[in-house]
Amino acid sequence: MTAAAQRPVGPEVAKAPPGPPAPAPGQAGGGRSVTARRSLLRALPVSPAVVLLLLFLAGPIAYCVVIAFTDLQLTGQAEESFVGFENFQRAFQDEAFLNAVWLTLVFTVLSSLIGQNTLGLALATLMQRASKPVRTLAGGIVVTAWVLPEVVAGFLLYAFFRREGTLNAILDWLHLPSQNWLFTLPILAVSFANVWRGTAFSMLVYSAALNEIPKEVTEAAEVDGAGGWRRMWHVTLPMIRRSIATNLMLNTLQTLSVFGLIWVMTRGGPSGKSQTLPLFMYEQAFQNSLIGYGTAVALLLLLIGSLFSVVYLRLLRTEV
Amino acid sequence: MRPSFRFTALFTLTALTSTAIAACGSGSGSDPDTVKVSFKQSTDNSIKVMDTYLADIKKQFEKANPGKKVELVPIKAPDSEYYTKLQQMLRSPKTAPDLVYEDTFLINSDITSGYLKPLDPYLEKWKDWDQFIDTAKAATAGEDGKTYGVPDGTDTRGLWFSKDVFAKAGLPADWQPKTWAEVLDAARAIKEKVPGVTPINVYTGKPAGEAATMQGFEMLLYGTNDGTTDPLYDKDGKKWIAAGKGFEDSLAFVESVYKEKLGPEVSDALDPNFGTAVRGELLPQGKLGIALDGSWLPQDWLEGSGHEWPEWSKELGLAAMPTQNGQAPGKVSMSGGWAWSIPAKAANPDLAFDFVKTMQTRANAQKWYIANSGIAVREDVANDPAYVDAQPGIKFFTDLVESTHYRPAYPAYPKVSVAIQEAMEGVTTGDLSVEEAARGYDEALKEATDNQVVSK
Repeated sequence: MTAAAQRPVGPEVAKAPPGPPAPAPGQAGGGRSVTARRSLLRALPVSPAVVLLLLFLAGPIAYCVVIAFTDLQLTGQAEESFVGFENFQRAFQDEAFLNAVWLTLVFTVLSSLIGQNTLGLALATLMQRASKPVRTLAGGIVVTAWVLPEVVAGFLLYAFFRREGTLNAILDWLHLPSQNWLFTLPILAVSFANVWRGTAFSMLVYSAALNEIPKEVTEAAEVDGAGGWRRMWHVTLPMIRRSIATNLMLNTLQTLSVFGLIWVMTRGGPSGKSQTLPLFMYEQAFQNSLIGYGTAVALLLLLIGSLFSVVYLRLLRTEV
Repeated sequence: MRPSFRFTALFTLTALTSTAIAACGSGSGSDPDTVKVSFKQSTDNSIKVMDTYLADIKKQFEKANPGKKVELVPIKAPDSEYYTKLQQMLRSPKTAPDLVYEDTFLINSDITSGYLKPLDPYLEKWKDWDQFIDTAKAATAGEDGKTYGVPDGTDTRGLWFSKDVFAKAGLPADWQPKTWAEVLDAARAIKEKVPGVTPINVYTGKPAGEAATMQGFEMLLYGTNDGTTDPLYDKDGKKWIAAGKGFEDSLAFVESVYKEKLGPEVSDALDPNFGTAVRGELLPQGKLGIALDGSWLPQDWLEGSGHEWPEWSKELGLAAMPTQNGQAPGKVSMSGGWAWSIPAKAANPDLAFDFVKTMQTRANAQKWYIANSGIAVREDVANDPAYVDAQPGIKFFTDLVESTHYRPAYPAYPKVSVAIQEAMEGVTTGDLSVEEAARGYDEALKEATDNQVVSK
């Protein structure tokens, strides 16, 4: 199979339905009206789901957009009013918000783009060559970290990084200086935690992608005298490029919304040094009761997520 | 691609319909004979104090009022999430219960939102109301002068100290400091003579949350003025008071504690779980000399709590927190507490108040204070030897009620509290000088209160 053969069918199918070339072999009879009626009939069972989706998924999002333009508070307010773009203006003048945006980017780049992604690829590559027992064992351990609930993972890593924690015990044993990591380098600590927890996902995606690469191609490259790094760079990576983009997109979106892990480990502290946007939003909406402002921040977070998505989607489209 | 989409749609459909059907089952159904009581259930499954108490009251109530029913609606959540959930319930008549358990910290906020019903018509006809002490009544009063809740106890704060550590440091076992300086001197003596022990703990910074503001900062701040006026809020002018000398002196106290290393390591003090360590490890293990903390600590040392410590009353001493320079009334305490309120949108307010009356008979109130390690707000109970002798420490903390202060729990207060925590955190880490932190507070105060600020 070549890379071209892997082209997704999704977009084409999405464009196809109204047009006639649909009839599958065996159902060739019937004209346009029959096809239309059939597709209508087929759509019928799905329609309640669509209505419910609009009601329960699109509805709340639309409601959020409305609230973001009001000064709605959870308590302490007799009546809310429409305030236009005030919440957004306020966000961009709020040092704590800008700090949270910056930390969110640092957290995402460190833990998702660099950490989970590269480590996942490295693990997947190494496991391709490992013996079966090693592969099963290593895979099992990595996946366990992923299966653990976020809060449990948070507590484990809190115990690992805290002053009397495992990491410092190891450092002491090696006669290296120890410190309270959650206090001195909180954003690094929570990024590491996210890498620890989320690498399994990348590893699984890349393992699947690497398995798809035909042996002949790599073998041919090997015969042509390409070393390990060159094979990786010129053969493997281009062939799994689509998986890289998909993986980056899913990873980034997941990482942007990480809340429990950071909440358990640092609560965004000390002095907001690990307060990413979800934590900032929570603080504004539920601790300061500013639902309107919190929702506006949530929309901005959505915006950041979609910016990342657009970049990755472009990566997907330029393929071959 | 397509089959998986179809599967997803089908799955979503099933999930959503079942949720919708389940949600319909619990409609409001405001039965005129049923009073719905919602309360905060402990997130710790082994703690059933409130559940047991309410089950008992429910039985009494249903027996005394044939045909009437009580439906208990527990909300199992940590404090901040409990408020959120409750406030959402109070917004609509469909979800509003008939009786709610409110923290006096947020009651004024909910009054402003129009969530609660004034209780004055009921209170006028209820003779037990005269037994409630005035400060507690004030804690449930709105800015309009009406009363919106019946308090079911309070708490006070003071200095807990380890007699063992004090003996090693050459300090008296019946210690009672007269000024802040004496508190710091005792801590310095411990630092010098008892290595390996944290001399004093004062909660600080945002991770500690309201504990930093109330157990820490306000215990200092309310001891700086003449002891009669509120240093945070000017009630007459309805304005918040900007950082003055008392505020800076209080910050300076916090700064001394952490700069001179009399307190815990800064990184420990700013650990969100540090409060648990103070109660569960440092005090019971004799690793902390002095703790500025609340009257409820023994709750953690009861049987079945995980760190039982029945000997605490022999090993710990209690002292009132002194005012800054020993000025009258000589001691300071802060109080909070919870109250029972009736939502504005309650279906059966009359029945709800009858339930409050059952809870607050003298005998039931006393039972509750004791079960809950709470401090009585009813004078008849406070003077009853059976209550006073029920647990060590009760008399000490009940006596503090006469010199206690309630927070200005107006809608802006939670934000003001965060501003205080940030100022504390600045001087604790050493990132800010006292003056810088006070200036930062002034700015945050203006924003939190819509510029309703006055300098005094």
